[in-house]
Amino acid sequence: MSDFLQYLISGLAVGCGFALLASGLVTIHRVTRVVNFAQGMFAVVAGLTAGSLLSAGLPHGLAEVAAVAVAGAAGLLVGLIATGRRGTSAQSALIVTLGLGFVAYAVEIMIWGDNPRSHPGLGGSVQFAGAFVQKQSFLVIGVTAVVFAALWLFFNRSYPGKALSACASNPYAARAVGIDVTRMGLVAFALGGMLGGTAGVLLTPMLPISYNSDVLLITNGFAAAVLGGLNRPGPALAGALVLGVAEAMVAGYYEAAYQTVVALALMLAIMIWQSSRRTALQEETAR
Amino acid sequence: MTPVVPPVVEVGDLVVRYGTATALDRVSLTVGAGELVALVGPNGAGKSSLVNAIMGIVRPASGRVRVSGRVALVPEGRQMFGDLSVDDNLRLGAWRRRGRPGARDTSRVYEVLPELTRVRHQRAGTLSGGQQQMVAFGRALMAEPDVVVVDELSLGLAPMVTAGLAEHLRSLNAGRGLAVLLIEQNARLALDLCGRGYVLEAGRIRAQGSADELARSAEVAAAYLGGPATTAEPGGSGPEGTGPDGTKRGAAKGGGTGPGGAVSGREARP
Ligand SMILES: Nc1ncnc2c1ncn2[C@@H]1O[C@H](COP(=O)(O)OP(=O)(O)O)[C@@H](O)[C@H]1O
Ligand SMILES: [Mg+2]
Repeated sequence: MSDFLQYLISGLAVGCGFALLASGLVTIHRVTRVVNFAQGMFAVVAGLTAGSLLSAGLPHGLAEVAAVAVAGAAGLLVGLIATGRRGTSAQSALIVTLGLGFVAYAVEIMIWGDNPRSHPGLGGSVQFAGAFVQKQSFLVIGVTAVVFAALWLFFNRSYPGKALSACASNPYAARAVGIDVTRMGLVAFALGGMLGGTAGVLLTPMLPISYNSDVLLITNGFAAAVLGGLNRPGPALAGALVLGVAEAMVAGYYEAAYQTVVALALMLAIMIWQSSRRTALQEETAR
Repeated sequence: MTPVVPPVVEVGDLVVRYGTATALDRVSLTVGAGELVALVGPNGAGKSSLVNAIMGIVRPASGRVRVSGRVALVPEGRQMFGDLSVDDNLRLGAWRRRGRPGARDTSRVYEVLPELTRVRHQRAGTLSGGQQQMVAFGRALMAEPDVVVVDELSLGLAPMVTAGLAEHLRSLNAGRGLAVLLIEQNARLALDLCGRGYVLEAGRIRAQGSADELARSAEVAAAYLGGPATTAEPGGSGPEGTGPDGTKRGAAKGGGTGPGGAVSGREARP
């Protein structure tokens, strides 16, 4: 029972990391209709940057915030390159983000080498209903809750948030009322970079990362985001938590090597079930 | 024919190209302050290209577009922010004026278009075509424009609904001096509402003049008014009660629909 609780909470924490990454994918896709395959890179850059800043003597908090800002700048840069030119299609922008992810590998290896790195987070663990749980897990869960609440408020209650949604909803109408759709897309990319970066600085103390950790992150983040059609943060959050917990259970009770495979198989099953339900619904309404 | 009032929209020798295709070829057009101007022409003539150039959405290859004051668009196909509420759609219409006190106050739109009050919290995508067109109107009004460009007022709407919307345009024009550039494929509707008009065909202005002149013109009548040209007095097809300036016309169209009548509530949902 205490093992179960321990796996559950660390699984939820990792799932929260995936959820933050996924929320960045969703934010960018909502506004620009671009699937950003460089999203995992933001987490890697932020995680590695935070480690370097901490070793350079910056205090906790400041180092992490600075690393998130760096990830935001990386997001802005990716957005500029992928969508800055007028009339770029979402498809070609997707290819550009994929390419930029590989370019980033070279830069990251140059700066940080190719070994996995970690940095200390909120050290220690607490005893919780008989289980020893890392304090960092609670930090990740808490920060994720705050970030999702803030995102919800921003998109559903604030005027600029509504304008961002409007760009995705109807770009032509957005232009007609004077919204600069290209610039709003860049705002979304910067925001997506910061969300990915937040995932990175929070996860790195729990899972050491290297330049190619982006594959694991984007795989899980994408699987979660697809649940909400890449447009809804709520289902993405739910999907990410399911993935995180499933992976922790597989790794804890069975074999760590299979955790991603099992979790993704689960995700695929949910997606197939979802799409078959959707098709049935469409047939129903078409009648 | 030339407007005596200063123009709010002035387009001169405008050329718009998409790749190698020329959509507009040296088009010139003016809309005077407080004027109702029609732009008619068949599908693909370049009407929306002209609209987009005026709005700054399309960059012209050459020529001038000058707008004095604020211009707002009621876009072709209504173009709702479908998953946002009617209220949010209206508020976003004030984007150009954001930051000014009261810019996002939607109550003045509900005063002018009371039909929308009932659906203000509904998602715009769930409304009927006529209601959506009214939201598009309201959204344009939120910009506090000096001139509104309406791209295809009647497209896909029932005649009764169109008549009600036309009545709204007429009263906004009469009441607050709102200038209107009305783009229409239904030339009769447009020339009935407006004092002056242009005919655009294959990217060129083919005819222009007062609504009467255009309605009487053989070509226009044959092409757009769906009947043989009448070179003599405007007979059955000519509207009654036309003043010398061609702007004051009765609300005779729309099958006897009274002013402001029959807009919301009665049309069927698609
Ligand atoms: N974005 C575009 N790209 C390429 N061609 C376009 C585009 N928009 C319009 N066109 C072409 O320009 C011509 C004029 O179109 P448009 O301005 O929409 O006419 P209208 O509004 O009168 O129907 C048409 O031949 C149309 O195919
Ligand atoms: Mg058009």
